[in-house]
Amino acid sequence: MEIPMIAYLVVSTIMFFAGVYGFVTRKNMLAMLISLELMLNAADINFVVFNRYLFPEALEGFFFTLFAIGIAAAETALAIAIIINIFRHIRNVDVHNLDKMKY
Amino acid sequence: MEQIANQVIFGLLALVIVVCSILTVTTRRILRAATYLLFVLFATAGIYFQLDFTFLGAVQLAVYAGGIVVLFVFSILLTSHPGDKAPLLTSKRRVVGLIASIFGTIVCGYTLLTYPFFTKPLTSVITGEVEMKEIGHALMGMDKFQYLLPFEALSVLLLACIIGGIMIARKR
Repeated sequence: MEIPMIAYLVVSTIMFFAGVYGFVTRKNMLAMLISLELMLNAADINFVVFNRYLFPEALEGFFFTLFAIGIAAAETALAIAIIINIFRHIRNVDVHNLDKMKY
Repeated sequence: MEQIANQVIFGLLALVIVVCSILTVTTRRILRAATYLLFVLFATAGIYFQLDFTFLGAVQLAVYAGGIVVLFVFSILLTSHPGDKAPLLTSKRRVVGLIASIFGTIVCGYTLLTYPFFTKPLTSVITGEVEMKEIGHALMGMDKFQYLLPFEALSVLLLACIIGGIMIARKR
C-alpha cells in the first residue's frame, strides 16, 4: 500500500472530467447517460479512497459508495425507461428533437 | 516485492481507466462507448479490490458491470441500428466541451495537488479486508454510525423505481 493517495485522486479527476466532456458534447441521450455514469463512478472512487487513506478506522465512505451504487442503478433504470418511451414517440433519442414536454 | 506488484497493478488499472474513459466520450459508435464504459467499471472494481474493500468490488461488478451495462446495451440496440455513427461534432460544441473539461481538470488538479492531506500511516491501524459481519451489523443497526434508515429508504426507492419503470415504459 505504498501508492500515494493523490494518484487515485488524479485518476478519478480525469475520469470525472471525461464525463463532463461527454455530457456537454453528446447529443444522444444514452451517450449522455453513459457520461453521467462515468462522473458518478469517479465520485465513488473518491469516497472509497478518502475512507481508506484519511479515516481507515471508519466505514463511512464504504457505505456512501454502497448506497450510491444502489441509487445509480435505480436512476439508470428509470432514465432508460423514460428514454425508450421518448423513442416510441419521436423515433430517435437526440436531445435536439426534444422541444416539447407533452405530445 | 509485494509493493512493486501493487504499484504495477495500480499503474495498469489507472491506465485502463484513463484511456477507456476518454475513449468512452470520444468514440462515435455508441455501442463501443458502452463497451469502454464496461472496461472502466471493471478497472474501478479492481481499485476497490486493491484498497481491500472486497465487498464493494463485488457489488460494483454485480450491479454496474452485470446490471447497468446490460441495460445500456439492450436500450442501445433497441434505439439505434448497430454500426450507426454519431455525426461529427461541430467545432463550437467540441471547443466548449474541451474548455469546460480541461479548465475543470486544471482547477481540480491544482487544488488536490496543493492541499495538505493528513494521510494516516496505514500500518498504524488494522488494514485488510472489512469483515462481512461488520458490514452486516452496520447496515442493520440503529446506533451511531449504523445505517438501518438509509437501507430502508433505499429499499423503498428501489420499489418506487420498479413501479415507475413499469408505469413509464408500458404500452398504452
